[in-house]
Amino acid sequence: MPEPLLEVKDLRVSFPTEDGVVKAVDGLSFSIQAGETLGVVGESGSGKSVSFLTVMGLINRKSAIVEGQVLFQGQDLLTLPSEELQEVRGRKIAMIFQDPMTSLHPFYRVGDQIAEAILAHEKISKKEAADRSVEMLRRVNIPRPDERARQYPHEFSGGMRQRAMIAMALSLNPDLLIADEPTTALDVTVQAQILDLVDRLQTEFNTAVALITHDLGVVAEHCDHIQVMYAGRIVEEGTGDDIYYNPMMPYTWGLMRSIPRLGAETARLTPIMGSPPSLIHLPSGCAFSPRCPYAFDLCHEEAPALLPVDGHHAAACHLSMEDRNRIVAEEVLTQS
Amino acid sequence: MSTVEASTTPQAPERKGEPLLKLAGLVKHFPITRGIIFQKQVGAVHAVDGVDLEIYPGETLGLVGETGCGKSTLARVAMRLYDATAGSVVFDGRDITNVHGDDLRQIRRDMQMIFQDPYASLNPRKTIGTIIGAPLRLHKTVPKDKIKPEVQQLMELVGLNPEHYNRYPHEFSGGQRQRIGVARAIALKPKLIVCDEPVSALDVSIQAQILNLLTDLQSELNLTYLFIAHDLSVVKHVSNRVSVMYLGKIVETADGDGLYKDPKHPYTGALLSAVPIADPRLAKARKRIILEGDVPSPIDPPSGCRFHPRCYKAQELCSVEEPQLREMGPTHTASCHFPLETRIIEVPSDTDRGSSG
Repeated sequence: MPEPLLEVKDLRVSFPTEDGVVKAVDGLSFSIQAGETLGVVGESGSGKSVSFLTVMGLINRKSAIVEGQVLFQGQDLLTLPSEELQEVRGRKIAMIFQDPMTSLHPFYRVGDQIAEAILAHEKISKKEAADRSVEMLRRVNIPRPDERARQYPHEFSGGMRQRAMIAMALSLNPDLLIADEPTTALDVTVQAQILDLVDRLQTEFNTAVALITHDLGVVAEHCDHIQVMYAGRIVEEGTGDDIYYNPMMPYTWGLMRSIPRLGAETARLTPIMGSPPSLIHLPSGCAFSPRCPYAFDLCHEEAPALLPVDGHHAAACHLSMEDRNRIVAEEVLTQS
Repeated sequence: MSTVEASTTPQAPERKGEPLLKLAGLVKHFPITRGIIFQKQVGAVHAVDGVDLEIYPGETLGLVGETGCGKSTLARVAMRLYDATAGSVVFDGRDITNVHGDDLRQIRRDMQMIFQDPYASLNPRKTIGTIIGAPLRLHKTVPKDKIKPEVQQLMELVGLNPEHYNRYPHEFSGGQRQRIGVARAIALKPKLIVCDEPVSALDVSIQAQILNLLTDLQSELNLTYLFIAHDLSVVKHVSNRVSVMYLGKIVETADGDGLYKDPKHPYTGALLSAVPIADPRLAKARKRIILEGDVPSPIDPPSGCRFHPRCYKAQELCSVEEPQLREMGPTHTASCHFPLETRIIEVPSDTDRGSSG
């Protein structure tokens, strides 16, 4: 396998607070290959956003304890001096966020904001930067881009603002685009437009994409590789087929059984019991064990390692493979 | 439609005679004014623009549509939180379009609402005992000394610990807060509950808990729901019938299966094509319809069919003449000049499903 574009090794991020230490990310290791799309699925508080904010160097190091390695093209971003990190951030790794309204500055014209990002990294004239920003707006399918570039964010609809954010993120042709819940605030038809656009631009620019979402439906169609996160760890990873048709971890089963599906005959949903754990007082052993209907003694004592099932498919669970295969066949897939 | 396919929609209760809620030609326009002293109306937001809707006792009617299509306004007019610009609201056989004061308060006892945001819809300075008990005190349905046991019984019914009577909303998680909202809504034993995006703000694992709770309460207390959401799969799961709304109008109504297996309006088709499906093979096999642009402004809706500027099937007629809702099947109406003839999502047959595991 070629050298991965991004390799995260045993990343731990914790925040000391008055109530105790919040363990947001708890030993996370994964890698992204050039040009690939990685889907990161998890509920609120699973550490999916914090881990990628750490990759971007956007976590305040004064208020957080960060351990581990984030290797991007061989360089450890966690130890890089801030000037050098500034070069990587924006130019090589770009990020788009959930709420396009709060990520654009309301006082400046959209075109100027994109040009500013280009000028921060490239020595070109303002005129050239302005032309590039119009060109980028055109590439993200904004009609009349020259007029639109002179408008303010409030004159854009939600979908168009997110397009403008994508234009800004891709204006420097980054190697990695981190999209943190890019469509959560948008309507489904607009969501489809944006995801389609990301797909198309990804092929055009050969950018690797990390798509962070809570929606199992969004990652199903758009990702090569999916990792499911729970309480700051990866509990299962694999291809779309692995995760959707052969899930091997009770939390993933729980997610599958709790979503109503258009194509399925679900008379009644099977929700996951209880609520996500406190990150200050993580349960001993497997973090999912208090909510897991299949948990046994070992689960409460020892955290399971992420072990390969086959190929790239891996899951963290103490249940034996026979048990898991039986449960999947009898209880999980019967519903879908 | 073949009869081999098993029904996936909740069994519709028998329609007993009169609808519980009947909206006829309902219109709600919000005026846009200009000037400070002499305000004159320069336009109007056509939030709801001629909606006919009937909800029968014991059923769940789903209402789907995107932001700004008027679905929440429609619910608020039906609840008499807004006054209708035109049209009528008939609740339980009585025209309540122009009812005010005490009479209205009496009617409100029978219609309650569950809101989207469990953080914003609970007063942070009141204990949850006070919050759930508020409707009981306002309507004096229960003597003062019986309120606490009644509230604790309600808490138990929605799956909250009755010992938490004196806690404040911030001590609860999102899912538990939504349970508090549900308890408050059922406190007066209403006939109709309007659920306005009740699970949109919740995590998936919690979403299912609340959906199941709503289903259980419906059969226990014989409730009727108007269930509003933007997520088609959630709406289809809970509803007997589903109405699709676009720019202030209902464009299609069918039972959940009919809508999904046999959509007629191109907008419904686009929604089905866009909704995320947690099944990669099914998702990749469906027809791809990517709509251009955004929903037009309701201040100046397009001529003819309101969907025609974004419609992939539009012809000249569509921009001139507005299509009326017409019968497309026994329980299926849609308003389109050129209805869809093919499915968007292929329904997997039983054999496919077996081999996918």
